[in-house]
Amino acid sequence: MNASFASVLAIIRRDLLLAMRRKSEVLTALFFFIIVVSLFPLGIGPEPALLKKIAPGILWVAALLATMLGLARLFAPDHADGTLEQMVLSPTPLGLLIAGKIAAHWITTGLPLVLLAPVLGIQFDLNTEALGILVIALLLGTPLLSLIGAIGAALTLGLRGGGVLLSLLVLPLYVPTLIFGAGAVEMVVSGMSAAGHLSLLAAMLAMALFFAPWATTAALRIALE
Amino acid sequence: MSDNKIINWFKYASPQSFYPLAGKMIPWFWALAALFTIAGLWISFFVAPTDATQGEGYRIIFIHVPAAWMSMFLYCVMAAWAGIGLALNTRLSGMMAQAIAPTGAVMAFLSLWTGAFWGKPMWGAWWVWDARLTSALILFFLYIGFIALQAAIDDARRADKAGAILALVGAVNVPIIYWSVKWWNTLHQGASVSVMKAPAMATTMLWGMLVMAIAFWMYAIALVLTRVRAIILEREAHTEWVKELPEVKGNGQ
Repeated sequence: MNASFASVLAIIRRDLLLAMRRKSEVLTALFFFIIVVSLFPLGIGPEPALLKKIAPGILWVAALLATMLGLARLFAPDHADGTLEQMVLSPTPLGLLIAGKIAAHWITTGLPLVLLAPVLGIQFDLNTEALGILVIALLLGTPLLSLIGAIGAALTLGLRGGGVLLSLLVLPLYVPTLIFGAGAVEMVVSGMSAAGHLSLLAAMLAMALFFAPWATTAALRIALE
Repeated sequence: MSDNKIINWFKYASPQSFYPLAGKMIPWFWALAALFTIAGLWISFFVAPTDATQGEGYRIIFIHVPAAWMSMFLYCVMAAWAGIGLALNTRLSGMMAQAIAPTGAVMAFLSLWTGAFWGKPMWGAWWVWDARLTSALILFFLYIGFIALQAAIDDARRADKAGAILALVGAVNVPIIYWSVKWWNTLHQGASVSVMKAPAMATTMLWGMLVMAIAFWMYAIALVLTRVRAIILEREAHTEWVKELPEVKGNGQ
């Protein structure tokens, strides 16, 4: 038990270290997020009332797309250099190791979005309360995006046009997260309680925490056969 | 084959024995499909009364509703075959799932398309972000994702298994997506029209719809069996029994 826990931590540490050595990948996704969010006002017009209304949706859609960017690289480098085979052979259950990789993916792509979102939210004239809920919703929602996305990443591992295919597979599955995530912020903006939305997000996260690493593992085993 | 009296459930799980069985069943299902289509269309055009509020335009539901039903039903069947394929490692299950997907996608598309034709005169818009329309659209995307994933994988066995996992993940997600979209719709209150509020239907209309649904069902079975036969031939082309088939022998030389 302790040994497996240690190897999960080792996987997380290793992936974070790799990300730190290749900062550009993490930063690219982050700046993609910022640029996409900034493009919407340019396309729609500078009216504060309208922008305030659509801000939650814009921030969430941009977060979905930014998470997608990193997904294609979630397993590909490990697959290319044979690390993934070693993980399959290791005595530690593969599901745990994969959970570690997903956690590292979230720390490098999801967490920065959570921290950055309030700053972008200010651009859209969201008040403090809405910004707080935005952070909480993203905190619950971005791990969910990483977990669901990992299944798609495992399924498309090593395929032609994997990146585009990945978005085709994963984006429809992101719909509930988007609805409840953006919905939570919208509720606060229109003066209601976001508790229901946040509870549902948390419930989906709990379910995905259990099932997603399992499905990802099954998909990886198929890809490595 | 075997002398004991127990039914061999797995006999037709082999492509070799399923291929001729499917060949025998296909004409029957085509005939049933034609029969029910004729009866269904006759009821829907000549027997069913003109709707009091929607006029003649409502008659598109005789295509629309069966197509929508089939699109949802076929996804369940596809996921079930996918699950059986993963659990029992039978080759035919994967082929069935692969054969069902295009028909399901066409049904989903057809329900969206006819829905737009119905919506324009009734609601004054080709498309509204109603919960049902939106979830049908997402179901269509799920089908496309499944087909695209299978097409991208060259190894047929890997394509089957990967597709199976995607179909099962999708099947778990479909109810969640449906309820979330429904919730989202009630929140926004954008579309004031709802498909739910359709007035109580005349019995003949209901009959027309049911008969058409059976027709669509038979059509889907006939089509899927035809497609699965083609998939069997394609994948088993290297085997002796395929080379011995009269239809293959005749064309081969």
